[in-house]
Amino acid sequence: MSYSTTVDHEEHHDHPSGMLRWLTTTNHKDIGTMYLTFSLIMFMVGGAMIMAVRAELFQPGLQLMHPEFYNQLIGVHALVMIFAALMPAATGFANWMLPLQIGAPDMALPRLNNWGFWLLPPAAILLTLPFTLALFGIGDGAIATGWTFYAPLSVQGGIGVDFAIFAVHLLGISSVMGSINIIVTIFNMRAPGMTLMKLPLFAWGWLITAFLLIATIPVLAGAVTMLLTDRHFGTHFFDAAGGGDPILFQHLFWFFGHPEVYILLLPVWGFIPQILSTFARKPIYGYKAQVYSLCAIGVLSVVVWAHHFFTAGMPVPALLYFMYSTMAISLPLAVLFYCWIATIWRGSMTFETPMLFAIGWIILFGIGGLTGLVLADVAADAQYHHTYFVVAHFHYTLFAGGIMGIMAGVYYWLPKMTGHMYNEKLGKLHFWLTAISFNLTFIPQFFLGLAGMPRRIPDYALQFSEFNMISSIAAFTLGLTQLLFVYNIVSCVRGGKKATDKVWEGSNGLEWTLPSPPPYHTFNEQPVIR
Amino acid sequence: MEKISAIASLSQLNRQLGYKLLVIVAMALAFAYGLVPLYDVLCRVTGLNGKTENVAVSAQSRVDATRWVEVSFTSNVMPGLAWSFHPVQSSIRVHPGKIETVTFIARNMANETVAGQAVPSVSPGKASEYFKKIECFCFQRQDLKAGESREMPLRFYVSPDIPDDVKALTLSYAFYSAIK
Ligand code: HEM
Ligand SMILES: [Cu+2]
Repeated sequence: MSYSTTVDHEEHHDHPSGMLRWLTTTNHKDIGTMYLTFSLIMFMVGGAMIMAVRAELFQPGLQLMHPEFYNQLIGVHALVMIFAALMPAATGFANWMLPLQIGAPDMALPRLNNWGFWLLPPAAILLTLPFTLALFGIGDGAIATGWTFYAPLSVQGGIGVDFAIFAVHLLGISSVMGSINIIVTIFNMRAPGMTLMKLPLFAWGWLITAFLLIATIPVLAGAVTMLLTDRHFGTHFFDAAGGGDPILFQHLFWFFGHPEVYILLLPVWGFIPQILSTFARKPIYGYKAQVYSLCAIGVLSVVVWAHHFFTAGMPVPALLYFMYSTMAISLPLAVLFYCWIATIWRGSMTFETPMLFAIGWIILFGIGGLTGLVLADVAADAQYHHTYFVVAHFHYTLFAGGIMGIMAGVYYWLPKMTGHMYNEKLGKLHFWLTAISFNLTFIPQFFLGLAGMPRRIPDYALQFSEFNMISSIAAFTLGLTQLLFVYNIVSCVRGGKKATDKVWEGSNGLEWTLPSPPPYHTFNEQPVIR
Repeated sequence: MEKISAIASLSQLNRQLGYKLLVIVAMALAFAYGLVPLYDVLCRVTGLNGKTENVAVSAQSRVDATRWVEVSFTSNVMPGLAWSFHPVQSSIRVHPGKIETVTFIARNMANETVAGQAVPSVSPGKASEYFKKIECFCFQRQDLKAGESREMPLRFYVSPDIPDDVKALTLSYAFYSAIK
């Protein structure tokens, strides 16, 4: 493939400067930067919350906080990490890189794009404000139901639930806007000659994510709206006394919730192969197989939701159906794993930070997927459901599979975005400390779960003490390590060794044909792909 | 000039596709609300969730005296209702088809009149469609004055069509404070 690229010289439009620039910008790079910055801040906020939780779990008994406050922390931690850290990070990359990768001058609907971002900070404030209000004696704190909002607890909860419902509305509208924008951009704005089967995998991953989002976020919005009217306007969707059904909430929530876990990962599955191929100096293996697998996972993800509540009571045929359909997802996932490994197989690999993260990611995310298979077994899940085994499973998928994948992307593209190289030594240190302390945090939790320690409880039986202490110490290390990440990013934005246009020896793709950093406006003349 | 009109028509195309995608969003929202009745129908048809028809059925005479089914009763009072509520006998052995009467006792411990609504559920779920109520306090809300206690009868039979392998079933009542 050869690219003919025309880069316009930096045009000096009179865009506003200072705060007004960021408030009104419709430039995809500005908006991408805002998403990524917001995500990093919220990652640290959500992390701080869970440090307090691990401190409470350091020893058995209740030392630091009331159980109510503990429950608020775990729920808001999860909501922040999922909706305000992981999702915005993926959207940030989409904004920055999709137009560059497909040779478009900008996103298709720039003003929608600006709105999509600026709904996020108010949503984050809504989520966390009840903590502060409680200090002034207003209400009883943030949402204390866990991130899943299960009725009837969420029908009975305090004002924190209402705040969280409105936050979810805003976050949902923001995601839907972002998704529509991405779909339109990919369909309408590709450079001439870039057919769908020549799209970078990152664009494919995002395309499927975006379709999943517009099909499932409205279901979540509907579910929490029913919750809101149950709480305040006399409906009883989830109230058995009025003829409703609390289990209905679980169906609605997980109809969104399971696709959501793939929404969080598909963009990562998209760009990791690009990183692997760059540092193995080999083309991506099995492009078509990967595209079809991504699509298959997207479709399957909408029909397996009830595996999250096998224990709530279901007829046997339903149990069997949800078990087998869930397990079926691991087939296309296995194809992806195969392709990732084949991509680096016998490559001339070098291990810069992005590659370290990408390889660590394959292994750790693999553990997440395998333990998911264990949970999908109905008979086994009766024992593991709602224990720390589940907590460990979804952290291998979401922290390793999600956040560590995002970190790989950050190190990979940071030189392109800022024009400077980050500190490689510090990056590698960050990787090793993260990988080791992550495993030390969550491996003990698998065993705690197998031994029967329930999740979402601030106290535990004495025999769980040692493993919890190990897990807490490792968690503090993991938390502190992330300061290195922040420091490395900030100093890379500020300055550092000048990055070349290509940045990495083995990089290929349209974004690497542009200067580092790319000018404010790129591809006003679209490149032609042959 | 040509370039400007090309850009204008592209942004029009973009907007059109955006609106089409918005239709999917609207359909997904409608689907969420559509799931509510759909789920209810599905539960009733399959007996999923142990939902029983909350209406009276008329008696029938075929009694299968060759079989026994053990029917157990459990009772719960949900938060927000200051009542005590329990069955007089915790279980009863019945022949399918034979009409039986059992009694539950509820007592209002609040010092004001309170209305409660009982919601039944049967497990195992597949037995629920064979559990027939002829008369039940759960058909309407119950008003109890301060301190009042009431004996409430339940007349029922287990349909003789119940599968042979169901030898025991549990009827659970949850009393909620009635929706105003
Ligand atoms: C083949 C792959 C996978 C399988 C078979 C699988 C299966 C399951 C099952 C059966 C549960 C429910 C366990 C229980 O609550 O008892 C579960 C929980 C969970 N999984 Fe997975 N999973 C897989 C991959 C993933 C991925 C890729 C993610 C995220 C990106 C993920 C995120 C989660 C989360 C967040 C929960 C817990 C939700 C909660 O209760 O709060 N899983 N998984
Ligand atoms: Cu799931």
